[in-house]
Amino acid sequence: MAAKAAAAAAHWSDDVFREMKAREINTVCTIPDGGLTRLLLQIENDPAMRLVTLSTEEEGMGIVLGQWLGGKRAMVAMQSSGVGNCINALGFPAAHRAPCLLLVTMRGQWGEFNPCQISMGQAVRPALEAVGVRCYPVDKADEIGETFAAAADIAFNSSISAAVLVSQRVIGAKGFGQK
Amino acid sequence: MSKTPKTAAPASNKLQRRPFVADILKHRGNGLVVTGLGSPTWDLSAAGDRPDNLYSWGGMGLAIPTALGLAMAEPDHRVLAMTGDGEMMMGIGSLAVVADQAPKNLAILVLDNEHFSETGKQKGLTGNRVDLCAVAKGFGIRETMLVTEDSQKDELGRFLFQAQGPIFAVAKIAITEDPWRLPEKDSAAIARRFKISLGLEKP
Repeated sequence: MAAKAAAAAAHWSDDVFREMKAREINTVCTIPDGGLTRLLLQIENDPAMRLVTLSTEEEGMGIVLGQWLGGKRAMVAMQSSGVGNCINALGFPAAHRAPCLLLVTMRGQWGEFNPCQISMGQAVRPALEAVGVRCYPVDKADEIGETFAAAADIAFNSSISAAVLVSQRVIGAKGFGQK
Repeated sequence: MSKTPKTAAPASNKLQRRPFVADILKHRGNGLVVTGLGSPTWDLSAAGDRPDNLYSWGGMGLAIPTALGLAMAEPDHRVLAMTGDGEMMMGIGSLAVVADQAPKNLAILVLDNEHFSETGKQKGLTGNRVDLCAVAKGFGIRETMLVTEDSQKDELGRFLFQAQGPIFAVAKIAITEDPWRLPEKDSAAIARRFKISLGLEKP
């Protein structure tokens, strides 16, 4: 019973949040996704952190660059569909040799309900890799924290772009009360 | 329903961008300047090279987000984003993000010639119905200023570098043929020099 309660309390978002704090990633830009709900709430409720709500995901590439120019660490969290909005923009921090860390929760991948999510879901990894972003897919909840930590370290220490792709298998497919 | 008026008379696009920008920047002090790609970058370069100029060679739509990220990271510096009307339109939603974050040290200047002057002077979106100052106000930017006369430039310079942000100005500039004044082209070198000037990297 106690073990079951502990398992229910453990959540990959807590691991990612802890790794963010450990690395002083204090600004997180986002267009939210259902899979990010818990993490975004944690960020919003932390007085040392700043959640920046965007109007479109590519703005995050500019904000991340500006933060780095001012000596601060920032990142972008989004749903897989948002990756499509970022492709040209991803060249901008890269040209400045600025780190750009993305946390992407996947749709269109594992039991997807919405046909409009399919094509971008399939394109996320090849599209990101085509513009030079290192991808770190992860489909086990208990490996997300360490994967995020590794991606953050390579992004900030080697000043490159890196994306953690959290599988829809972890998030679960939205059902919309399917009939 | 009343007809939406034009934002400025057609003859109002008479400001000469190069001397105009140079005069505005006399108010700069230790302010940091981030430009949008194309002509605003050449204007900044022509006004005098400085290590705290962040010239842009790409990322259309990202001038304001970049300046916003910088303004939030460097609250003790004034940050000016200076861009063109086409670049501003591409990143227009970023004005909502600016208003929402409300950095007191961020100013935005749009050099508006109502055309895409870098690509062959095609007509843009700001020459007819679109009122950028009204858009900025609608997003919640504190204060805006529309500049059509050369005599307003000192007032504009003080506004951009002294008034509490976030603030937004539009200068109706003429379509002119200015010589290219290309700065350093390697964005990594521009960024490194910029960070050294802020004391954030070792020379």
